[in-house]
Amino acid sequence: MGLEQKLGNMGVVTTTLETAINWGRTNAMWPMLFGLACCAMEMISTVMPNNDMSRFGMELMRASPRQADLMIVAGRVSRKMAPVLRRLYDQMPDPKWVIAMGDCASCGGIFNNYAIVQGVDEVVPVDVYVAGCPPRPEALMHGVLTLHEKIKKEKLKDWA
Amino acid sequence: MATTTAAAQAAHEHELLETTVDELKHLFTPRVATGETVLLNMGPQHPSTHGVLRLMVELDGEIVVTAIPDIGYLHTGIEKNMEAKTFLKALVMTDRLDYLNAVGNNLVYCLAIEKLVEVDVPPRAQALRVILSELQRIASHLVWLGTHSADIASQSVLFYCFREREKIMAIHELISGQRMMTSYFRPGGVWRDVPAGFEEAVRDFLAYLPAKLDDYETLLSNNPIWLDRTQGVGVIDGPTALAWGLTGPSLRGSGVNFDLRKSQPYSGYEQYDFNVPLAYNGDVYDRYAVRMQEFRESLKIVDQALRKLPKGPVITSNRKVAPPPRSELGHSMEAVIHHFKLWTEGFNAPKGEVYVAVESPRGELGVFLAGNGGPRPHRVHWRTPSFVNLQPLNLMSANHYVADVVGIIGSIDIVLGDVDR
Amino acid sequence: MTHTSDSVAALQTRFGEAIVRVEEFRGETTVVVARDALVEVLRFLKETPALGFSFLANLTAFDDWPDEPRFNVVYQLRELTHPTNLRLKVLVPGDDPLLPTVTGLHLNANWHERELWDMFGIKFTDHPDLRRILMPEDWQGHPLRKDYPLGYEEVQFTFNFDEINKKKPYATE
Repeated sequence: MGLEQKLGNMGVVTTTLETAINWGRTNAMWPMLFGLACCAMEMISTVMPNNDMSRFGMELMRASPRQADLMIVAGRVSRKMAPVLRRLYDQMPDPKWVIAMGDCASCGGIFNNYAIVQGVDEVVPVDVYVAGCPPRPEALMHGVLTLHEKIKKEKLKDWA
Repeated sequence: MATTTAAAQAAHEHELLETTVDELKHLFTPRVATGETVLLNMGPQHPSTHGVLRLMVELDGEIVVTAIPDIGYLHTGIEKNMEAKTFLKALVMTDRLDYLNAVGNNLVYCLAIEKLVEVDVPPRAQALRVILSELQRIASHLVWLGTHSADIASQSVLFYCFREREKIMAIHELISGQRMMTSYFRPGGVWRDVPAGFEEAVRDFLAYLPAKLDDYETLLSNNPIWLDRTQGVGVIDGPTALAWGLTGPSLRGSGVNFDLRKSQPYSGYEQYDFNVPLAYNGDVYDRYAVRMQEFRESLKIVDQALRKLPKGPVITSNRKVAPPPRSELGHSMEAVIHHFKLWTEGFNAPKGEVYVAVESPRGELGVFLAGNGGPRPHRVHWRTPSFVNLQPLNLMSANHYVADVVGIIGSIDIVLGDVDR
Repeated sequence: MTHTSDSVAALQTRFGEAIVRVEEFRGETTVVVARDALVEVLRFLKETPALGFSFLANLTAFDDWPDEPRFNVVYQLRELTHPTNLRLKVLVPGDDPLLPTVTGLHLNANWHERELWDMFGIKFTDHPDLRRILMPEDWQGHPLRKDYPLGYEEVQFTFNFDEINKKKPYATE
């Protein structure tokens, strides 16, 4: 409409600032290496060639929280680990998102006892929960794509 | 307002740190107090510690003086949780202990129950157990090889190893529906008979892997970078290793010939012909060489077991322990009663204790099972190899560079689920 | 005739009353030892050349609360050449949970004993570094005791979804 039509084939596209920023944020999210237990094995399998996460720009798992956008909490969080998790979440710069991967991160899983935090949403706010014990690599990718959909609907003032 | 609370928070955290260093002074040399050596925290979240292991390392420049592991960041309370469930329901939790050797955990737990309750296992189930345990050993060693070489030298091997692992996980999915945590073994045998494509899938895998192993050996074994970083690093000699209770490839890399599959065979291992690889220098390279050879020995065992796979039932006929097949439920009242009893109350174990140990890819994995006459275990203790193998880390990494500590941890092959339970 | 029965006979001749009883169950032999003689028995088993039980495979305990003596501490020993397995059991009362450390004889008992202190509250005299190993440093209580609760959280079904939701401590930023 409007400007695009008038300029014809000059390679110009018009969009809103919000859409452009959200598009940029989704297409190269760097996950933070936060594999704790068995789900970490399936997370690594998702990055491996058979189920390639690199097509979404996400194969670069940064160990340093300062350089990461996405924290995939993969595995069970024990009570000793919970303060460490919170501190790492606080060290990540905005905008940041959290995927709770697996049953133990979502709700405590099969371990309903004194040692495991019953769902990592008691410690950090979670955007997407991926169910499974451990979830298949395809399930984790579906979770990541769901997160992309969620981000595309975000408003600028969420992170401003 | 914000600055005062931030300052107060920082002061509080500094105070906590002071008390921690004070309490732990006895672990490090006195040079820490004067500041001559630096105390570095290789924290629970670290790319190379294979999980949530915290290492408190005292450094003199780049040389490690003391390295103390701090564990417990993955403590799941599995032992106490298993006391609250019946024997069969607790089986599901056993997969998640040493998550790279899920099938082996199921195996040792089932063996302990079978010893305690005195249940026989039919030969077909024993052969299937051997096949799956050895395939799981190969899968675990693939993860070890991938992560170890990614830490030290080459990240490509990580990608190759996980590609091979996908084939084993496809076999797991074929028999049980789950890629990793199968819970396929049950007390008295296995859950159900293998479906039609099983033998073909395993044969394809057996034909496929040896060439890939040759590739990895070509890439690593004579590579000058690999040799430089692994030879002479993390040396522990045989008698010291035994004194520290080391088992598995870490012990066999120091020349001690002790493998539970040969010395206390279980599940029919005595029928298969295989060697136990040994190496004599006790460094990281030797532990690597032992595990590379173990790949090929496992392939030999799977081949023999698959050829000799006997026909017959796959679970015991003792209906007090194993559920009847669903086809019987239609016409036998007794089968319905057994099914009902097993699913509501579970089978009872007598009062007494047993200890059963198997050879996991990391070493001796043992279960100490105590029954109390009821349907729930009174105590299940897991003697896990990673917990015991991690203790001499201080001894092995003294006077090495910080970078070598990562290689040494990789060569001991710990899994934090095993260490912390 | 077997190494196990020879060892048990040697123990009974040498220690007499300190060997409280010998149990056989499912082909495994358990020797129940008095608390005071524990280190001496382990030293005898390790250092006598004919016996040679030099490998401590496992050190664990279980809780028989409310029966007394409450804690049964189990030492699983192995002699590597045959190999022979032998289990030693020590009964420890709940009001005085104290045991001598065996780290002088078996180096790998170090972390096992720390775990018993952490999980059961059994104190080991002369242990080089007795502090909690699996639970956080400031945790109160000893989780694997039978009178310690499991810490079970009520499961959220549809009928009680809202009331549990209100009580759950969700983190919001």
